[in-house]
Formats: sequence, C-alpha cells, structure tokens
Amino acid sequence: MRIVAKGLTYTYNPKSPFASQALKGVDLTIEEGEFFGIIGHTGSGKSTFVQHLNALIKCTGGYLKVGYYDLADKKCDFLELRSKVGMVFQYPEYQLFAETVAKDVEFGLKNFRKDMDEKQRAQAVREALETVGLDYARIKDESPFELSGGQKRRVAIAGVIVTKPEVLILDEPAAGLDPLGKKELMELLHSIHGGWCKTIVIVSHDMDEIAENCTHAAVFSEGKVVLTGTPPEIFAQSETLFSLGLDVPTTARCALLLRERGIEIDTDFTCDDFAEKVLAQWRAAGMPGKTGAGQVAERTTSGTESDINREQAGGDGDAE
Amino acid sequence: MEAVRFENTKFSYRDDGKDPAVNGVSLAIEEGEFVAVLGRNGSGKSTLAKLVNALLVPSSGKVFVCGMDTSDEKLAFEIRKSAGMVFQNPDNQTVASIVEDDVAFGPENIGLPREEIGRRIEFALDAVGMQAFRHSAPARLSGGQKQRIAIAGVLAILPKIMILDESTAMLDPKGRREVMEVIKKLNRERGMTVILITHFMDEALQADRAIVMHRGEAVMDGAPEEIFARSDELEMYNLTLPRAAYVCKKLQDAGMPVKNAFTAEELAEAICASLQRG
Repeated sequence: MRIVAKGLTYTYNPKSPFASQALKGVDLTIEEGEFFGIIGHTGSGKSTFVQHLNALIKCTGGYLKVGYYDLADKKCDFLELRSKVGMVFQYPEYQLFAETVAKDVEFGLKNFRKDMDEKQRAQAVREALETVGLDYARIKDESPFELSGGQKRRVAIAGVIVTKPEVLILDEPAAGLDPLGKKELMELLHSIHGGWCKTIVIVSHDMDEIAENCTHAAVFSEGKVVLTGTPPEIFAQSETLFSLGLDVPTTARCALLLRERGIEIDTDFTCDDFAEKVLAQWRAAGMPGKTGAGQVAERTTSGTESDINREQAGGDGDAE
Repeated sequence: MEAVRFENTKFSYRDDGKDPAVNGVSLAIEEGEFVAVLGRNGSGKSTLAKLVNALLVPSSGKVFVCGMDTSDEKLAFEIRKSAGMVFQNPDNQTVASIVEDDVAFGPENIGLPREEIGRRIEFALDAVGMQAFRHSAPARLSGGQKQRIAIAGVLAILPKIMILDESTAMLDPKGRREVMEVIKKLNRERGMTVILITHFMDEALQADRAIVMHRGEAVMDGAPEEIFARSDELEMYNLTLPRAAYVCKKLQDAGMPVKNAFTAEELAEAICASLQRG
C-alpha cells in the first residue's frame, strides 16, 4: 500500500489555551516496498504523523491515503485499515498485559479476525512467535512479565505482526536494547520485509541505524518534511542536518572532517562501505606504509560475516 | 579514599542461590572516579548498581560504600544518602507536580530544616542548569530535562556517589548530550564519583574507566580506549565496538597503517595522516 500525505495538518487541544500545531502541512509519499526511515527532533511532529497512518489520530486537515483507504473520509473502514497497518509503539513491552504469552499475542487476532476459529488463531500465534525468533512450545504458557527485556519486546512485536499487516510502523524499535539486541531486531525486520509485510516505516534517532537499514528516509522539522531521499542523499547534506540540531552517522561526520582536509569519500555512509572507499583511496595512492596484516584480516572474517549478510538484506530491499 | 568496594560479591534473585545475577565480583572504585559499566542485557549490570545503594544486599560476600557495610541494615539510610541512584525512565522518578517540590523530596525525607532545603534546591537546580524551570510542571518538560530534574533530586541529598542505570536510554540525542554534560561537570568540578551503566559505547568513551560485565562477572576492567582496543574479547562478550573503532579496525585488518581511533574525529585524523603519508 502506497502512503500519500498532502498538506496534512494537525493541532493538539484545538481552540484551547494549550493548542499546539504539531503538523503544519506534511507532504510525503512512501512507496510500497520501502524500508522507510523517519528522522526528526523530539517535537518535530514525526510521532503525530505516524499515528495518523493507522488512524490512531484522525485526519482533521489535509489529504492522507494509505493504499485505497482515504483517511480523511469519515466513512473509511478504520478497523480494516488497522488490521493492515500495524503499529509498534516505543517500548512496546510496557503494553504487555495478558497472563500468558500466547494470550497476549492472540489479542489482536481476536479483534481483527473474527472469522478465525481457535485452532487457526493458535496456528497464527505460533507463526508470529516463530517469526520473531521465539520457541513457541517453550514460551507460549509463560507469563510475559517473567521474560527478559529483549524477549518482551519480541513478544510485543509478535502481537502486532500476528495479523500480518501489509504496512508495519515502528516507533524507535531498537531503543533501550543492547547493541547486539539492536542488530538482531533489525535483522528480524529485514526478514519479514518483502513478504506479507511489504512496507516498513521506522522512526529513529539513531542515524547509523537509518543509514544501515533504510531504502528511503524523510527528515521532519517543526511539523513539516524538510528533506527526503535515500540515506546517502540525506546524509550528504550533513550541514542542513546539523542546523536542524540533528546528528549524522559516525561515517558522515568523519567524511565531513576529511572533506575539510581535501579528502573526498564517496560513500553510502554504512561503516563497511566507508571502510571500503577509504581503502580504495589508500590502494590508489600506492598503499603507503602497508603493514603486514594480511593474516590478521583472515583471522577476523568471522566478525564481518554477519555484516555482509545485513548488507545483502538491505540490498534485497533496494531491489524491489 | 575508596568510594565502593566489592569483595567477592554474589547475588541471586532465587532463594536457593542458583543462577546468580552477580557472581563473585571483587573490585574497588576510588572517590572521584567516573566509571562506565558495559555488558549485554542480563549480564548483571543493574544488579551491581542496586547492590551499591543497598537496594539489594549480597547473598554472599560484601559491598562497602564509603566504608559502610551494605548488609548492615542500620546503615542503609546512611548508605543511600551517600549513593544516589538515577533510573532509566524519567516518568517513574517524578514524585511532585512542581519541579522544586520534586527536588525537595529527598532533603525533606532526611529531615533537613526548611532553610537548608531551600539552599539545596538552589544548588541542585543550578548544577543541572534547570533553575529557570523551578516552578514548572515536570510533566511538561522534555525527557532530557526530566532526567536532569531526577539528577537534581539526587544531588540535593549531596551524595558522594551517583549511580545512573541506563539513565540516557530513553532520551533523544539532544537529551542524552544534556545529561552527559551534567554528569561530566559534576564529576570534574565537584569530584562526584559516577557509576554510569550504559549500552552506548560513545558514552563509555567519556568515562575514566570501563568495566565489562558478562554473566555476573566483571570480565574486563580498564581505560575505555584500552577496552575497545581488545575487540576480539569484546566480541566474545557480545559487545560491539563504537562505529568509528569498527571502521578503524577494518582498515587496520586490511593492512592500512592507521592509529587506533574511537571517535569520528580521531578516525578522520588517523585516515588523513595515513593517506597523506604517501
């Protein structure tokens, strides 16, 4: 489903002393098949925008279409829309509530898929839990509150993807996880992207995460979209991002500093590509000061293998 | 002087003492040190933190805080005055509807006279740069501001040690920077002992010392630069390098002569030096 917003506006607490306009005319198109990143300061309107996408916030000004659902139309079938546009909030583990993992994951199905019987629902719950990398038989009867932080988050995500939404929106999905947990979560998202889940939209403060995972991204500022493009296109404009008080990926900051010294690195801002491009320049310069570290490179391939896989996953996303 | 000493400290959440969350940690933290504690989720970092201010007491072994034994119940109150804790979620640590009342909560509880409480609020809000918000409602502040208020609330008790348990995890980059600046200032200018538990490798780089926890044990302990130079070991403990260090290592592995770098600035410097050598 293609997402198209034109002149979308939204005001919290309208006609009151606390009125604040969160969206001031958002124009943005997210094509089906994208792994889309939304970047912006706290208060830039990005959360307000994504909550419009499954009508948690009703469209009150402007134009918004998700697939053929016209969200500005009061007659729009919001229940059906919500079963197709899944939303994972920040720290979704805080929303776990049921006494067992299976019941928690099943909750969405009971609401959205009244046509399913108990057996079908159990099967869907099993699939969802297996998709997020959990052992169904072992975990289904556990209390979700007894699990580790990373597992809780996976259960919470399973509870959203159990209805197999075509569009999955995640607000800061990796926040608070340790570095390996973050990586595993991103791998999980790539593994479902392109199957029944056609489009993924993530909101993130982590620019490295955007550079490494997204096909396209948009930068929000003061209720508007100020930049859109592929991550390399966006991060090539580091100065603009700095002026908006935003960060850039580590490699972009490094590239900017090198540019000041007359060295241009043409990179997509992922760490692996950046290293490759630097090495290419070094080789072109005749490998000054080469150290006999060839063997070292052999020894450490295990560390880079998973990164290569991730790159490939990202590449598949691009191809669609 | 020693601020904290662990002596073969063990702690298990289970009655039978199995699966210890902290399994035989022995180390000392000097007064005025800024220590980052790293490790995967479930490695025992938070348990270690809670042992410092006697929220938990060891199942076996000892923990001393400013010379006080945490397993002595009579000392718990004094220990908590010496070691203040800031948690992850700012919303869970606010007790009052006005900033200054919130900061006053600690001093009121230790029974300080009214004038002294006023001075403490003044001091604490100044230290975190939140004087202007004295009469605001915490609910209307940003995450970074709320966390600074939480820090002020701890500061108002004038603790010698501040423990921050992933206190920047829920903040945006700006909020994180604000809180890190406040912590560094307290450490540098007031000699506050800081124990910072974090998943952010760039925050660990700002500390004097980093301790890596793995399955309840302190497996690495040293200057952050020294720890991050031991990348094979880090990988064993499922920790990742800061991105700049990762790129640097890739270059070194391919034979490019670059100095060890941990930040974007250092990396640019190292690449520049290496490329312009020829």
